[in-house]
Amino acid sequence: MIDSVETLNKRVEALRRESLAATRILVSMGTCGIAAGAAPVLAELRRLLAERGLENTVEIVETGCIGQCYAEPSVEILNPESNSGITYGKVKVSEVSMIIDHLADVVPGLETVNKTWYYPEDEANADNRLQARIVLRNSGRIDPEKLEDYLKNRGYQALAKVLTGMSPAEVVKEITESGLRGRGGGGFPTGMKWSFAAAQPAGRKYIVCNADEGDPGAFMDRAVLEGDPHSVLEAMIIGGYAIGADTGIVYIRAEYPLAVKRLKIAIRQAEENGLLGKNIFGSGFNFKIELKYGAGAFVCGEETALIHSIEGKRGEPTFKPPFPAVSGLWGCPTVVNNVETYANVPAVIRRGAAWFRTIGTEKSPGTKVFALAGKVENVGLVEVPMGTALRDIIFNLGGGIRDGKQFKAVQTGGPSGGCLKADRLDTRIDYDTLTALGSMMGSGGMIVMDEDDCMVNIAKFFLEFTLDESCGKCTPCRIGNTRLHEMLDRICTGRATGDTINKLRNLAYAVKDTSLCGLGQTSPNPVLSTLANFEEEYEAHIRDKKCPAGVCTKLITYLINDNCVGCTLCARNCPVSCISGERKQKHVIDQDRCIKCGVCYQACKFHAIDRI
Amino acid sequence: MSCGDCPDGRKFDLIKEFPEKTKQLNDFIDALDIGPDRNRNRGFLIESLHEAQHIFGYLPRSVQQFVADKLHLYLSEVYGVISFYSYFTDRPVGKYKISVCTGTACFVRGANAVLEEFKRLLVLENGETTPDRKFSLASLRCVGACSLAPVVMVNDQVYGKVTAKMVADIINECK
Repeated sequence: MIDSVETLNKRVEALRRESLAATRILVSMGTCGIAAGAAPVLAELRRLLAERGLENTVEIVETGCIGQCYAEPSVEILNPESNSGITYGKVKVSEVSMIIDHLADVVPGLETVNKTWYYPEDEANADNRLQARIVLRNSGRIDPEKLEDYLKNRGYQALAKVLTGMSPAEVVKEITESGLRGRGGGGFPTGMKWSFAAAQPAGRKYIVCNADEGDPGAFMDRAVLEGDPHSVLEAMIIGGYAIGADTGIVYIRAEYPLAVKRLKIAIRQAEENGLLGKNIFGSGFNFKIELKYGAGAFVCGEETALIHSIEGKRGEPTFKPPFPAVSGLWGCPTVVNNVETYANVPAVIRRGAAWFRTIGTEKSPGTKVFALAGKVENVGLVEVPMGTALRDIIFNLGGGIRDGKQFKAVQTGGPSGGCLKADRLDTRIDYDTLTALGSMMGSGGMIVMDEDDCMVNIAKFFLEFTLDESCGKCTPCRIGNTRLHEMLDRICTGRATGDTINKLRNLAYAVKDTSLCGLGQTSPNPVLSTLANFEEEYEAHIRDKKCPAGVCTKLITYLINDNCVGCTLCARNCPVSCISGERKQKHVIDQDRCIKCGVCYQACKFHAIDRI
Repeated sequence: MSCGDCPDGRKFDLIKEFPEKTKQLNDFIDALDIGPDRNRNRGFLIESLHEAQHIFGYLPRSVQQFVADKLHLYLSEVYGVISFYSYFTDRPVGKYKISVCTGTACFVRGANAVLEEFKRLLVLENGETTPDRKFSLASLRCVGACSLAPVVMVNDQVYGKVTAKMVADIINECK
């Protein structure tokens, strides 16, 4: 039971003394690690350590996501005394015994992964590393299912500081001064949100954590919940104290079973240790946290829709004002913040607003986690100070474009964001620079595209998503997006006429200006930004009936040229058997039966298939 | 609205057919803090439906009515919620639930070709189930394993870096 700062400190000291293991082996057991095969590696590690009698000197830690998804399964050998280590990537079960043989040095021949980050709370950035980890400070370093690991890493120190030495108004002031902005999309100042709710008359209030990460291609919230759930709980308790709420609700996606499991464990541990419940740290402050499950609706990321969903209704947004901070869940003042926002709060409280402002840009202090995916070498999570150049993220941390292809565009902000092309690579990104360029920060998805991606098709893809997810309440979003999608479909299938681009642009602005909530107001962004940057590609589709990237199947034809030596490889690979020809004779594609899958194009070793 | 019809047209009531499952759901809802305030009870609706779908596999009308009665809600309110959220289904799903991730990362790495191949081989449209209830095909948005894109999930098993060529093998593994 931790009922005072003294017991907390004693507990931490005792824990530090207890950790005797000479070596710690960290295995990344987040969803991506497990999907890549971390479980058999872990089992082999355990088996071999037991076999060699090393269980007591070597401690295995199952951590959450370390962010380097491209290198999963990853195994880190850490020397707790020097806090330095070696990380192996893409570890195979057969390599585990070599790793155990060489606990102190690097196994020759195995792939190692360099750390590209530092921890601003612990250390200065001596060697100019690009990443600064505040949100992901514990992900991949601690066992998320052990409260003790969190406590050893300054866990609940911020809560202790707040409950024993700060008034609620001081907490709100600290967060306001830090300049922390909502990491879920809009970038609304967190401190201001809290101050609105705090200013409401005392009574029932709620702190809600939006963990319904719906942006396809963004998974930082999942990484935090799987890797460091206690930090979110700690921040919610601090928020509750600041605004005068006694109940917190985490609204989480049902599609994240591992995050749900770890969050449940964390809540139980916090309750058992008196960190949740009555009279926390002897301060007289009571707080409880409940879980509510989402059920697959992107629009529930909008705070009024999310609140309706918690109330058991269809997740349809309502007009603001009244803002949730005034009238939210069950009509009570409610603060809704996203997971990543909360994960910043304990660090801000511990080190102070002035420290937080030293990182990032003046108007967007701190860091942002990006989910870097698509056509880059190093897919994963990166956490960089606001104001980092796109080029550094994509080419330095991301390792550049896969297969030596040409960079074409980067899409930020998910279905609400836009595409930026190569001439914007030196943009130092924060909330305001991205908005100025017609994109947005969004939740931090960053999808890199190369020469093989058709921008019209990408715009259509995002519109398809919006169509699926539009709740249908307001007309511009329900019908406007449907018409936009139809126009894009006509363009992609070669049925568009000359003035389609103008119609598309006008309607896109109309949807943007007149929709009820953030979903509709931003849904035309992918169309508008691809139009602004790649209008010539739209024109090629409309005027020439050609898809320059060779993606839109209705606009491409596969033909076999005279390079064909009759090896029959294409015919054997064709899934619909529409290629015919004698062995050692030129083959022919039956255009009526061809499904334009491109398998033959990829299979041919003689450049004998043209895609036109 | 589907009523839990069998493929052969026979109608049955899941609630009467499976008393044990019904008891399980009944006990779950009874353990919630249900009161006389209908509005408050709505707050328990989504978790009750999650549990019901977990128990029965899908939410036909009989199950919807059962949940509505337990929470003192109207059937229309329950159906309104089920039809809004993509996680809930009022149709039975197959033994093997094949989900092709069509999140952005998978999309740019060729998820569409994979989905098309599944459609072609299973002779299914997206969101349908084979008549023998063996396979269901659906697209989902991002499982968060973007480094393995394109990703396909068969029940809980994750397949990474899937190409159209691998689709037949994945289907065969299920049989």
